[in-house]
Amino acid sequence: MASREVPEINAGSMADIAFLLLIFFLVTTTMDVDTGITRKLPPPVEDDTKIDYNERNIFKVLVSSSDRLMVEGSLSDIRTLKEDVKEFMTNPGNREDLPEKETKYIENLGDIEVSKGVVSLKNDRGTSYEMYIKVQNELTTAFRELRDDVSMRFYGVKFKNLLNEDRRKAVQKAVPMAISEAEPENIGGN
Amino acid sequence: MARFKKKKSSGMQKINTSALPDIIFMLLFFFMVTTTMREVTPLVMVVAPEASEVQKLEKKSLVSYIYVGVPMKKAKFGTESRIQLNDAFASTAEIAEFIATEKENRSEEDRPFMTTSIKADKATRMGVITDIKQELRKVGAFKINYSSRKVAKIKY
Repeated sequence: MASREVPEINAGSMADIAFLLLIFFLVTTTMDVDTGITRKLPPPVEDDTKIDYNERNIFKVLVSSSDRLMVEGSLSDIRTLKEDVKEFMTNPGNREDLPEKETKYIENLGDIEVSKGVVSLKNDRGTSYEMYIKVQNELTTAFRELRDDVSMRFYGVKFKNLLNEDRRKAVQKAVPMAISEAEPENIGGN
Repeated sequence: MARFKKKKSSGMQKINTSALPDIIFMLLFFFMVTTTMREVTPLVMVVAPEASEVQKLEKKSLVSYIYVGVPMKKAKFGTESRIQLNDAFASTAEIAEFIATEKENRSEEDRPFMTTSIKADKATRMGVITDIKQELRKVGAFKINYSSRKVAKIKY
């Protein structure tokens, strides 16, 4: 009778084997989420068609090869860039040298003044990537805060908390992400 | 007396550990499923710049990566910033081909949503990045992402 009994397999080391595999996957796992600043590149320009623009509608930001900032023709600092952009885009005093505004009808929002301003970013080949990202970051912050303002005024929530797709589109239309990058050329030496 | 002895001989109760492998296996499967193995071995050193306005890159399967940085093996490859595509160094001219292959590997309906993530070291000069951007514009890969680490506030 005893010989017919199936011998039990010792499963005590099963846990050890599983542990070994577990540790392997624990080590190889990369849980890091990729984050970054998203941008959309413009399609390549076919010919040298000059686009007419009004000087007052352009906010010129230039980053030199030594990572210094020139805003609207004068030396500036990255710390003031965000506020400068916001002031330029909103033009609260309706000044002549700041961009025009156009009253547009936007669905869900009604008639709203949309700035015609565009931020033009130009950098040198020698600019460091870190500085470039900092500038891009400041510009994004400025536009994000402007969108927050509009979103707060109409819906009482910040833009990132606005979940309704139509409402998001409306706010995006009211504050377009007007960042234009100049065609590359060599400026400012090394 | 005899009853006492019997109790003592049974000693400490053994904890039933037969369910332990099951628990471990469960954890194992969790990690197996969530794991995404690194597809390329980085040949360049990349310390991403910091930014506060970052967005998460969703749908990793639709993202192609371009690495830019100083080679790890400086003695062999020099200290100039280089571009890495897949597992090899590449020149700017090879980006078009790389993007074309990446497009081939995705299904037709996914192609408009493809993103190119530029993972560049913060000390890189913009000249290289500009060249890459120009190349991407030519091949119609307009959606890009400048890979950067999220911080609450950037230091000036």
